[in-house]
Amino acid sequence: MSASRTLFDKVWDSHVVRSIENGPDVLFIDRHLVHEVTSPVAFRGLKSRGIKVKYPNRTFATADHNTPTINQHLPVQDPLSANQLKALEENAKEHGIPYWGLGHENNGIVHVIGPENGITLPGATIVCGDSHTSTHGAFGAVAFGIGTSEVEMVLASQCIMQPKPRKMRITIDGKLNTGVTPKDVALYIISQLSTSGATGYFVEYAGEVFRDMTMEGRMTVCNLSIEMGARGGMIAPDEKTFEYIQGRTFTPRGDAWEKALPYWTSLYSDENAVFDKEVEYDGSAIEPMITFGTNPGMGVGIQGGIPLAKEAKGSPSTYKKSLEYMAFGEGDSMIGKQIDYVFLGSCTNGRIEDFRAFASLVKGKKKADHVTAWLVPGSHKVERAIKEEGILEILTEAGFNLREPGCSACLAMNDDKIPSGKYAVSTSNRNFEGRQGPGARTLLASPLVAAAAAVTGKVTDPRTLLETEYA
Amino acid sequence: MAYDKFNNLTSTAVPLPLENVDTDQIIPARFLKATERKGFGDNLFRDWRYNQDDSPKENFVLNNPTYSGKILVAGKNFGSGSSREHAAWAIYDYGFRCVVSSFFADIFRNNCLNIGVLPVQVSPEFLDVLFKAIEADPKAEICVDLTNQKISLSGSEDEESFDISAYKKENLTNGFDDIDYLLNMNEEINDFADKTPL
Repeated sequence: MSASRTLFDKVWDSHVVRSIENGPDVLFIDRHLVHEVTSPVAFRGLKSRGIKVKYPNRTFATADHNTPTINQHLPVQDPLSANQLKALEENAKEHGIPYWGLGHENNGIVHVIGPENGITLPGATIVCGDSHTSTHGAFGAVAFGIGTSEVEMVLASQCIMQPKPRKMRITIDGKLNTGVTPKDVALYIISQLSTSGATGYFVEYAGEVFRDMTMEGRMTVCNLSIEMGARGGMIAPDEKTFEYIQGRTFTPRGDAWEKALPYWTSLYSDENAVFDKEVEYDGSAIEPMITFGTNPGMGVGIQGGIPLAKEAKGSPSTYKKSLEYMAFGEGDSMIGKQIDYVFLGSCTNGRIEDFRAFASLVKGKKKADHVTAWLVPGSHKVERAIKEEGILEILTEAGFNLREPGCSACLAMNDDKIPSGKYAVSTSNRNFEGRQGPGARTLLASPLVAAAAAVTGKVTDPRTLLETEYA
Repeated sequence: MAYDKFNNLTSTAVPLPLENVDTDQIIPARFLKATERKGFGDNLFRDWRYNQDDSPKENFVLNNPTYSGKILVAGKNFGSGSSREHAAWAIYDYGFRCVVSSFFADIFRNNCLNIGVLPVQVSPEFLDVLFKAIEADPKAEICVDLTNQKISLSGSEDEESFDISAYKKENLTNGFDDIDYLLNMNEEINDFADKTPL
C-alpha cells in the first residue's frame, strides 16, 4: 500500500464491494438522498420485484423539486405535483425512510439539507437522483447524481454499478479580488473547460482559493462540477470541514467522532498522486462572471463582451442558435443589458452566505421598480437564519420579499416560471433554453451580481456598488 | 426494470446536428411529474417540437416526415445537464433504440444503457459522414452491430468500431439489468455493510 493515491481513490476504493472484469465496480453507498421527482418509478420497480428498501436508515427523503414557494401550509394546487408528493410520503412510510415533507422544520433543497443535518460526511459515498449531488463533495465525500434505474439499484441493494471515473485536479492559487465569489470561480472554470471539458472525470479542487473558501463557498463550487461535465467534484476535508459538521443531527458523536476524525484527516491526495488531467488557473485573474448564452460554459467576465461566433468554441451554428434564443448580438457588451427578473436561490446559491452577500449589496438601496425578484431560501434552517441575523429587515427595507424554501425557479417545475422572452439574472446553475420556463432567458451569476441587477434593473458590475468590502 | 433485448439494428435515422443538446431540451422539467414510466415520448424535445399553443413547429426534424427511424444521430455532448432518466425514457418511448454522437454526457449514457437504449460514440469525422449521408439520402440505413461493436452505413465501405464494456454488452443482448446482478450479491453486500459505519 505504498502507492500514492488521490483523495478520490481513497474514498472510492474503500467502497468497492466487487470489481467486475471488463465492467463496472460495485460501489457501496453510505447515504442515499431521495426526492419526489426521480424516485416514484424506482419505488414501483421495488414493488414489482416484491422487495423492500434494503437500508432505510441509510436513506433520507425530502420534497423540494416541485413544491410551491408560497403558502406551503395550504394543499398543493397542482394535482400532478400533489400526486408526486403524496407518492413520496407513502413510499417513505411504507419503507420506513425518514421523510421531511413540506412544512417540516428540516425541509429544504436536498443538497442544502444534507450538509445542514450532518448527513453529508467526509469520506462517505453519497448519491441522489439529481445531478447536483456533486455539492456534497465539498466535504470530501464522493457524491454524484444518478438516474432512476440507479435509484432503484441503491434502494434495493445499497450499491451502484459504476465504472471508476478518471481523475482531474483543478488547482487555483492566488487571492480572489473584491466582489469575486465562489460562483464566479466556478463559472470561470466552466467557461475555460466548456460544459464537456470534465466529462468522464471526477474533479478535485485544490489550491489556496479553495482552502480559503468557507464550506458554503466550497459547496457552490462542487455543486457546479456537473456543469463542466464532471460526475462530481471534491475538496479535501480540513479544520473548517470538521468545525462545520460537528454537532449536527446525523454527525457521529463521542467515541464515533473520535474514531472518525483520524480517518477523515487522512483524506487528501498524496504528494505524488497521479491525475489523468491537471489544470491550473490564477485566482487573481478571475472577475465577477455572467453568462450570455444557453449553457453554463457560455460565460464572460462581467466587463467583457459576447464573443464573435468565429471566435467561439464549438459549432458556429449551435452558437448562433443560442444567441438568437437570448436575442443578444455577437460583440454586445453585457454591462447595461436590461433585465426583468432576479432569482436568488437553488442548491447552488441558496445558503445563508448567499443571502448575506445579496443583503450586503442591497442594504440602503431600493429594488428597481420593473424588476420582479424571487428570493428563495434553500431550506427552513436558512430561512430561520435570515430572520435571526436581521437580513430579512434589510431585504424588506430594500423592497424585497422572502419566499418559502424549494428548488423553485431553478428548474421551474412549480409555478415559479420566468415568462417567455423575459431576462432573469439567476444564481442557479443552468441557463439552458426554457430551463426557467418556456422561452425564459437566463443569465447565470453570483448573488452579488444578482443583487446589483435587482437594484439597478440592468446588468451591473457589483464592484461599482459595493460600499464596504465584501469578503 | 427489465427491457427489450438489444441485438443488431439496421434502420434509417433522424439527424439532429446540434451540439450540447441538454436533457432539459430532451424533456423539459415540467413534464417530469408522472409517477409511472409511460407517455414520455409525446414530450420528447417538446419545446423544439411544438409552439406554446401546442401546434407543431414545422422546421423541427421530428415534424419532418422525410426523416424517421430507430436511430437518432446527434451532435457532440448529447444529453448534458440533469440526471433525469426521463430523457432516456422519452427517447425510448418515442421509438429510438440507439443514439449516435461523437460525445455523450456521463449520466445520460448510463441511463440509456440501463434501459436498453444503445449510445454509440463515434469519431467526429464519422459523425460527419453520417450526417452527410442522411442529408444526401434520408432513406440511408445505418447498421449497428452490437455483437461485433461496429457501426456502418448500409451499402458503403464506411464503418467504425465503438466501445462498450463486456458487462453492459451482455446485459443489453440478454435484457438483464443491474439489479438482478446486485440482488445475487446480497450476502457479500451484507458483510460489507456490517464493516461500514453509518
